[in-house]
Amino acid sequence: MEWETVIGLEVHVQLATKSKIFSGSSTAFGAEPNTQACAIDLAMPGTLPVANAEAFRMAVLFGLGINAKINQHSVFERKNYFYPDLPKGYQTTQLAEPIVGPGFLEIETAQGVKQVRIHHAHLEEDAGKSLHEDFHGMSGIDLNRAGTPLIEVVSEPDMRNAEEAVAFAKKLHALVTALEICDGEMSQGSMRFDVNISVRPKGQEKLGTRTETKNLNSFKFMDEAIELEVERQISVLESGGVITQETRLYNGDTKKARSMRSKEDSNDYRYFPCPDLLPVVLDDAYIEAVRQQMPELPAAKAVRYQTSFGLPAYDAGILSADSTTARYFETAAAASGQPKLAANWVIGEVSAQLNRHEISLQNCPVSADQLGGILQRIADNTITAKSGKTVFDALWQGEGQTADEIIAAKGLQVVSDTGALEKIIDDIIAANSAQVESYRAAPDDKKAKMLGFFTGQAMKASKGQANPQQLNAILLAKLQ
Amino acid sequence: MHNLSIAQLINQLQTKAVSSRELTQHFLNRIAQLDPGYNSFVTVTAEQALAQADAADARLAQGNAPDLCGLPMAHKDIFCTQGVRTSCGSKMLDNFIPPYSATIVENYAAAGVVMLGKTNMDEFAMGSSNETSYYGPVKNPWATHCVPGGSSGGSAACVAARLAPAATASDTGGSIRQPASLCGISGLKPTYGRISRWGMIAFASSLDQAGLMARSAEDIALLLNTLTSFDAKDSTCVDHPIPDYRADLTKPLNGLRIGVPVEYFGEGLHAGTAAAVDAALKHYESLGARLVSISLPHSSLSVPAYYVIAPAECSANLSRFDGVRYGYRCKDPQDLEDLYRRSRAEGFGDEVKRRILIGSYVLSAGFYDAYYSQAQKARRLIQQDFVSAFQQVDIILGPTSPSPAFEFGSKGQDPVAMYLEDIYTIATNLAGLPGMSIPCGLVDGKPVGLQLIGNYFAESLMLNVAHQYQLGTDFHTLAPAAIS
Repeated sequence: MEWETVIGLEVHVQLATKSKIFSGSSTAFGAEPNTQACAIDLAMPGTLPVANAEAFRMAVLFGLGINAKINQHSVFERKNYFYPDLPKGYQTTQLAEPIVGPGFLEIETAQGVKQVRIHHAHLEEDAGKSLHEDFHGMSGIDLNRAGTPLIEVVSEPDMRNAEEAVAFAKKLHALVTALEICDGEMSQGSMRFDVNISVRPKGQEKLGTRTETKNLNSFKFMDEAIELEVERQISVLESGGVITQETRLYNGDTKKARSMRSKEDSNDYRYFPCPDLLPVVLDDAYIEAVRQQMPELPAAKAVRYQTSFGLPAYDAGILSADSTTARYFETAAAASGQPKLAANWVIGEVSAQLNRHEISLQNCPVSADQLGGILQRIADNTITAKSGKTVFDALWQGEGQTADEIIAAKGLQVVSDTGALEKIIDDIIAANSAQVESYRAAPDDKKAKMLGFFTGQAMKASKGQANPQQLNAILLAKLQ
Repeated sequence: MHNLSIAQLINQLQTKAVSSRELTQHFLNRIAQLDPGYNSFVTVTAEQALAQADAADARLAQGNAPDLCGLPMAHKDIFCTQGVRTSCGSKMLDNFIPPYSATIVENYAAAGVVMLGKTNMDEFAMGSSNETSYYGPVKNPWATHCVPGGSSGGSAACVAARLAPAATASDTGGSIRQPASLCGISGLKPTYGRISRWGMIAFASSLDQAGLMARSAEDIALLLNTLTSFDAKDSTCVDHPIPDYRADLTKPLNGLRIGVPVEYFGEGLHAGTAAAVDAALKHYESLGARLVSISLPHSSLSVPAYYVIAPAECSANLSRFDGVRYGYRCKDPQDLEDLYRRSRAEGFGDEVKRRILIGSYVLSAGFYDAYYSQAQKARRLIQQDFVSAFQQVDIILGPTSPSPAFEFGSKGQDPVAMYLEDIYTIATNLAGLPGMSIPCGLVDGKPVGLQLIGNYFAESLMLNVAHQYQLGTDFHTLAPAAIS
C-alpha cells in the first residue's frame, strides 16, 4: 500500500527580551543555576506577575511576519500541573484568546512554492530545568529559565514529508532571527520543535492516529526523527497493528526513539483565565507602530541583493537566510565597496573556516569589518587573492587588528616595481634557455599555454607578490 | 492611653506628650498580659517594635515627621513582612520568613508606623470563625466562648481588646466586615484594585482586597491614605486619584439617598440584628438622609457563585505550596509523588483541602462550563444589580452578618452553615465594590454591625456616612466588660 505522511509542528521560540515575561530577572543564557530567579520566578507567596511589554511587541512582530491576524484582545490563562521545575504549579499561557491568530509561511519544495498554514501563536512562560545528573539519587532544579518568554507557534498539519517539515522549520528560524525576536541558538534551546506525525493510506481523507515527538533541537535530528517515526508507523500498520496516541522522545546520539507517555496518562490541565493578569488590549495605533519597526525580511533581502548587488539568486538566498549572515555580509560589502567579492568570501572562505572549526558566524574571530579590509586590498590590487587568504588566517589567529597591519607585517604587498619584475624575468629567461627556444618556435595558439610555465616561475620567485597583469605584460614583451 | 482615638494618639505623639516608645511599650504590655486569653497574635515582634518606636521618636524629634509616625499597629499574618515569619495561619508556612514585605507593610513602615506583631487568622483566609487557624482559634473579647468571626479574627479581636489601635486585614468574601461586626469595631474593605495586593498571600486573586480595622471610621480615615498607593507590581492595582480621606468626614448627610435592599432583610436574619440595623437606618433619617427601598435581585446567586470562583482560584494559587522550595516539607519523601502528596496532606488543614478539592472539581474537563462559566455569568449579573442600584442611590446599607457572634464548634460540622455567615458581604467582593462595617448595637451583650456598600472608589463618602453616624452614637466606643 502507498502511504501518505502528515506532519504538523509546534515550535517553542524563546523571545530575546532582556528580562522575563512576568518579572525583572535577566534571561541571559548560561548563568550559574538559580542566579537569575527572583521571588516572582520562585513563586514565593504574595508575589504577582507583571507582563513584559517587549514580549508583546515581539509577538506582534512575529504575527505580522507570518501575515497573521493580530488578536487585539488576548488573555493569559493558567495551565495547572505539578512539576518541580514549574514553581507556581501552573504555567501562565494563552489558550482561548492567543495574541496571534491564523497566518502562513511559504516554503520551497520540489513541486514549487507551498503554503504552510499556521493555526495560531501564543505567548507563554518557559519552565525551569530539572537536572538529573550530578545529584546522586536526587534531582536538581534550576529556575533560571523559569519565566523566559516564549511564543508557541502551532502549524496546521500541512507538511507531507520530513523535507517539507525541515524547510518549514528553517523558514521559521530565518524569520525569527531576521525579526530579531529570537537568537536562533537551537543548541541552547532557543527554538524547540515538537513534531506531530501520522500516516494514512494515500487518497484517504481521514487523518491517522498521530504521535508527538517532543523537544527536537536541530534540523538534522528533526529530519532523522521524522524518517524513523514514519517508518515505524508504516511498519506497525502494515503488520496489522494500531498506532497509539503518545508522546515520544528521539535521542540524536543513539538514533533511537522511545515512548514517553500515552494519552491515557495525560493531565487535565484545568485551564482558566489568570486573575492576576488583566486581558491585554492592543489598539490599531500600537499595531501600526510595531509594523513600522518591521525589519526587512529574508525574501525581500534576497531580492535586494540580486537587484542592487547583482548577486545570483542562489547566493542571495544563502546570504539573506538569517540575520547574522546578512549583517556580516552587508557590513563586509559596505566596508570594502565590493559586494560580489564579499558574497564569494562569506559563502566560500569564511563558511569553510567556520565549518572546519565548528563555530558559528556569531563567534567568527574575523569581524565583518576586518574582512572588508582584506577585500578592499584585493580589489585595489595591493594584495593578491591568494595573499588575502593568508591575511584572513592571520586575523583568525589574532595576529593583528586590521588587514593593513598584517599586510605590512608580512610584506604581502604586490610587487609593482617594474625594475624588480624585469630583473626577476631576465633571470628566469637566462636560466631556462631551452624553454625560451621552444616557446618562440611554437605556433601562436600553443603559446598561451606555454606562457604558464614562465608565469609560475616568476610568481614563485616573487613569493606570490608580483602584480599578475604587470608580470604578464613584461613576460610577453621579453619573450617576443 | 489604649482608649484614645487615633487622632488623639497622633496629637500626643506629634506634640511629644507621649513618646512612641512609651506608647509601643504600653501596647506590648497589654498584649503580654491579655492576649493569652484571646490568641489574637500569632507573632509579637516586641524587640523590632521598640527599635521602630525609637526610630520614630528620633524622626518626631527632628520635626516634619509624617502624621502617623510612631503610631503602633498590627498586621494580619497574610501580609509578608521581611525577616518576620508570615504563616498565613497555616502549618504550611509555619517556617516561612519572607525576604520581602507587602507594599502596604512598606507604606506603613515608611510613614514611621510601628508594627506590634502579626495577627491570627483562618488558614489562608478560608473561614468565617477563625477556627481553621493552625495556631488555634481567636476568642471574641466580648464573649470568649464565641468566635470573633473570620478570617481576620485576630485583627478584629486585638482592636476590640485594645491591644492595638488598629490593624490591617484582608477581605475576600467578608473577612474584614464580618469579624468587625462580631467584635464591635469598624472595618473597611476598599474597592478592588484600590490597594496593592503585592505581598498579600493570595486566596482568590480576583476577590482579595487589603483593608483596615480600627475602632472608628475617623481612625480608618486617618490610616487609609498610607494604605493606598498605586503599585505597578500589582497588575490589578488601579491608577486612580487618591483623595484626602479625612476631607469629607464632616460633610452633612442632607439629601443622601440610602438604598435598603429588600433581599438583605429576609429569612435567616437574627431579629436582634434586624432591630439594630433598623434603628441605625432611622438615625440616618434623622440626619436628613432619605431611605430608598431597592432590590438586588441576583443576591441569592452570591454564595453559590462565590463558592465556585473562590475555590477555583485558590486551587491554582495554593499549588505553589508543594514542599519543593519553601514552607512545610514532609519527612523522608520516598519520591516526587510522595513529596507532593504528604507535604500537602500534612501541611494544609481540612477547610483548605476542601476548597482546593472543590476548585479542582469545578475547573475539570467536562465540569468547567457547568460551574466556572456559569458562576462567572452570575457574577456579572450580581455586579449589574449594583450598577443599577447606584443609579438611584448614593450608598447601600444593611446588616453585615446574619447574627451576632456564635459559639465555638456550633457550625464546625456544617460548612454550608458557615458559608452563609457571609451571605450579605460576598456580593460586594464579586462586584469589586467597597464595603464597610460599623458597630450599631448590642444583642445579648454581643455587638452587631451595620454594613455600608459604596460605589466604586466611594471610600470617602462611606467614611463620611459612617463618621456622621458615629458622631451621634456611641456603639463604636463601647468596650468589652473584661477590658475596661
